[in-house]
Amino acid sequence: MFRLILRRLAISVAVLWLVSLLVFVATLLLPGDPARAILGQQATPERIAALNEQLGLDAPVWQRYLDWLGGVLTGDLGTSAASQGPVTELLGGRIGASLVLLVGAAVISTAGGLALGTWSALRRGRAVDHTVSGISLVVAALPEFVIGVALIVVLSTTVLPVFPSVTLAPPGEPVWSQPIQLVLPILTLTLVVTPYITRMMRATMSEVLDSGYIEMARLKGLPERVVITRHAVPHAIGPVAQVVAIQLAWLAGGVVVVEFLFRYPGIGQALIDAVNNRDVAVVQAITLLIAGVYIVVNLIADIVGIMTNPKLRAEVSR
Amino acid sequence: MTAPTTVAHTLVARDLRVDTVTGQPVLNGVSYEIAPGEVLALVGESGSGKTTAGLAALGHFRRGLVHSGGDVSVQPGGAAPVSVLAAGERERRSLRGSTVAYIPQDPAASLNPALRIGRQICEVLETHGYGASAAERSARVVEVLAEVGLPADESYRRRYPHELSGGQQQRVGIAMAFACRPSVVVLDEPTTGLDVTTQTLVLRTVATLTAEHDTAALYITHDLAVVATIAHRVAVLRRGEVVECGSTEEVLRAPSHAYTLELVTAVPHLDGTGAAAPSASGAHVVESVSDGRHAAERHDVASGSGSASASNGDRERPPALSVSDLSVSYGDHRVLHDVALEVRAGECLMLLGESGSGKTTLSQCVAGLGRPHAGTVSVSGSPLAASTQRRTAEQLRAVQYVFQSPYSSLNPRKTIAQSVELPLRTLTDLDAAARRERVTETLERVRLDPALADRLPDELSGGQRQRAAIARGLVTTPDVLLCDEVTSALDVSVQATIVDLLCELRRELGMAMLFVTHNIALARHVADRIAVLRGGEVVESGTVDEVLDSPSHEYTRELLANTPRM
Repeated sequence: MFRLILRRLAISVAVLWLVSLLVFVATLLLPGDPARAILGQQATPERIAALNEQLGLDAPVWQRYLDWLGGVLTGDLGTSAASQGPVTELLGGRIGASLVLLVGAAVISTAGGLALGTWSALRRGRAVDHTVSGISLVVAALPEFVIGVALIVVLSTTVLPVFPSVTLAPPGEPVWSQPIQLVLPILTLTLVVTPYITRMMRATMSEVLDSGYIEMARLKGLPERVVITRHAVPHAIGPVAQVVAIQLAWLAGGVVVVEFLFRYPGIGQALIDAVNNRDVAVVQAITLLIAGVYIVVNLIADIVGIMTNPKLRAEVSR
Repeated sequence: MTAPTTVAHTLVARDLRVDTVTGQPVLNGVSYEIAPGEVLALVGESGSGKTTAGLAALGHFRRGLVHSGGDVSVQPGGAAPVSVLAAGERERRSLRGSTVAYIPQDPAASLNPALRIGRQICEVLETHGYGASAAERSARVVEVLAEVGLPADESYRRRYPHELSGGQQQRVGIAMAFACRPSVVVLDEPTTGLDVTTQTLVLRTVATLTAEHDTAALYITHDLAVVATIAHRVAVLRRGEVVECGSTEEVLRAPSHAYTLELVTAVPHLDGTGAAAPSASGAHVVESVSDGRHAAERHDVASGSGSASASNGDRERPPALSVSDLSVSYGDHRVLHDVALEVRAGECLMLLGESGSGKTTLSQCVAGLGRPHAGTVSVSGSPLAASTQRRTAEQLRAVQYVFQSPYSSLNPRKTIAQSVELPLRTLTDLDAAARRERVTETLERVRLDPALADRLPDELSGGQRQRAAIARGLVTTPDVLLCDEVTSALDVSVQATIVDLLCELRRELGMAMLFVTHNIALARHVADRIAVLRGGEVVESGTVDEVLDSPSHEYTRELLANTPRM
C-alpha cells in the first residue's frame, strides 16, 4: 500500500513540476511589460532597462526559470514588483484568510453533502428525495457569483439584513476576528459545492443499498443504524471521495470569484490585483499554490479510495 | 430420507400472499410447515416467487413487494409460536439472524467485501446478545467455523471475503447463519454457482448442521437432483402457488401435478433418460406457443440415428476441428497446457470442466477471441490465426460461438432479426433480400416464432433469447459451433428444450459441435465424446459410454460421485 502511495506522491511531484513550467511560460506570454506597468507610460527606456536589470528580467529565460524554481523550493517566492516586498510576506496573511474560507466550506459541504445524500438515498422515490434532488439540481446549475449576489440580496440588504456583504475587518487584523463576515462567503462556496456531493452520494448509496451484503446485514437482524454506518457508508465513501476532491479542488479556484465579490482579503483578491499590476512573481506564486491544492486534494482522494477498499489495499501491498 | 416423526412444527406459513406495489400477485396463498430437523425443499423456476416466499419467513420483502395476506410463524424450541409478519420492526429484527437465519444464493455478493469474515460472524452474535462476554462470542465464532469445516485460526478469521474461494465464502455464509443456533434456516439456492465437488461439501454441511441442532430448513432451489439429495419433503411452487407438496420420494418418483412431471422429466440424467431424449410420456416443456407447432416434427427428427453416422464418417477427411499442443499462459500462470482435441463433422464433443479449468479459455482460442497462444487450431485441416482480426471471412464464418448468457450476449438495442443478420452482413456477400430470407429460415430452424424477429431481446424469455443467439451462430452455416455453457443461465425445463434443439440441429446440419459445460449430467443427452479438462490439461477423453461407465482418471470418478442424482 505504501509503495502505491509513494508512487502517487512521485507522480504528484512530477505534475507539480510540469505546472511550474506551464505557469512560468504562461506569465512570459502575458501581454505587457512589467517594468512599464510599474513605471507608467512616461518612463524613459533607460529607467525601464534599469528596472528590468533590477528585477532580473534581462537574463535568459531558462536562467530566470531556474532562479525562480530554486527560490520556490527554498521558500523564496521572489519580490513583488508592485509592493517591492517579498511575495511570501504579501501572501502570508492572505493564505490564512483564504484557508479559513476553504476549510470552512469544505467541512460543511462534505459533511452536509454526505448526510443529505445518504438521507435522500434511504428515502428513494419519496417526496423528500425528489425535493432534495430538485433543489440540488437547481443550485448546481447556478454559477457562484449568482448565488453570492442572491445571498447578498436576501441576507444582507433587503429581506433579512443580518450579515455584512463586504469584509469589515481592517487590513492587518485577522479575518476571523469578526466571524460574522465569514458567513456569506462560506455559505456561497458551500452552496456551490454541496449539490454535486449530495447527488453523487445519493447515487452511490442507492447502489450500495441495493447490494446483497446490505440485504444480508438486515437479514442478520442488525439495527438499521449499524447497517448504514458499518455496512453501507464505507462502500460509498470511496467513489464519492473522488467527486469531493474535484469539488474541493474547484473551491481553490472558485475562491477567486467569491473573494472578489465580498471584497475578502484572500489570495483570490491578491491574484486579481497582481494580474492587473502585471505583478508576475505574485501571479506565479498564487497559481502554483492553487495547482498545489488541486494535486494534494486529489492525492488524498486516491488514498481514501485505496484505504476504503480492502481488495485494492491487498493488491497494492503485494 | 425419511421425515423425522415430530408433531410440532417450527416454521408454519399459512395462505401467504405477496403483491407487487402495482397490485400484481407474486405469491397467491402459499402454505407449508416444517418440523424441527426437517428440510423442506421449495422448488420452482425463475419467477415462481420462491425467493419471495423464503424471505417472507424473515419478514423481509424486497423493494416493490408488499405483504397482502396470510402469516408466517416460528416456534422456537417449544415456546409459543411467534408471528413473524405481525411482529413490529424491532421484534422482527430480533428474530432475524437469531431465530430465523438466511443463507443467500450468491455468497460473493452477500458478504461485505470490506469487513473481515470473523467480524461479520461475530456481529450477529453481538447484535443478538449471544454469550456473556466478547471472549465467549469469539469462542463461538471459532466453534461455528469448525462446524462448517473451515479453519478457525486467528489469521483465517482476519481474512476478507475476496481472499476465499466461492465454496469457502458460502461456508462462511452458513457459519454466519448457524452462529446463534437458529430454529429455522432459509437457504436460497446456496449451491448454485458452485462446482459439484464443493456443492457436495456444502450440502453435507447443511444436512449435518440441521440434523444436529434440530433446525427446520427451508431449502429454495430449482435443481431437483439437489432436492433428492437433501430434502425430506418438497413443495413445488408455480406462479406463486404451491401446486404439489409431499415427501421427496413421492413427488420425484410419482408426481401428481402435470407441472411437477414436466420439471422431473426435464432433469438431465447421467444415464441418459429424461431431458433431451424424447421421453415416452411426451412431457416436453413448451416454453412458448411457437414451440408447440414443432413438437411433433422434433420427435421424428430426434429419433433418427444421427450421431452414429458421425463416428463411422469419412475417416480420410480432416476433422472439422482439430486442436493440438495448445498452451496459454496469463503471466506466470498456465491456463492451458498442451491441449489436444479433435471433433469430426456431425460429432459433438463435450468439454467438461469446473470453474478455473480453462474451458472457456480453450473455446475462446478456437474462436479467435483469446490471447496469443502456442499450438495450432485448425478447421477442416487449415490452421487458423490466433486472433479473429487475422482470420479470413471464410474462416470466421466456419467457426461460430454461442455464449453462456443470452441476457448479455444479444445487443439490447438491436432487434432479433438485426442481431441474427449481422454475421451475414460482415462475413458473406449476400444481398439484403437473400440475407432476410436466410434469417427467417434460420429462425424457423431454431423454432423461434418469426413474429418475434422484430422484437428487442428484452421482450423475449430467456429460452427464446438463447434460441436467437443460437440462430445467430447458425446463420452462416458454420462447420464448427462452440457452445459455451449455453444452458447454465436457463431454467431446467428450458435447458431441456435447448439441449434438444442443439442435438437436432447438429444432426440436420452435420456440423461439429464443441459443447463446453460443467454439468456432466448433460453428457448422454448432447455428446458423442467427452474430454475432461482439469487445471488446463485434458485428464481423460473418450466416448460418453467409456468415460461415464468406466472412468479412468481419479478426478472424473470424483466428479461422477459428487453429481447429485434423482
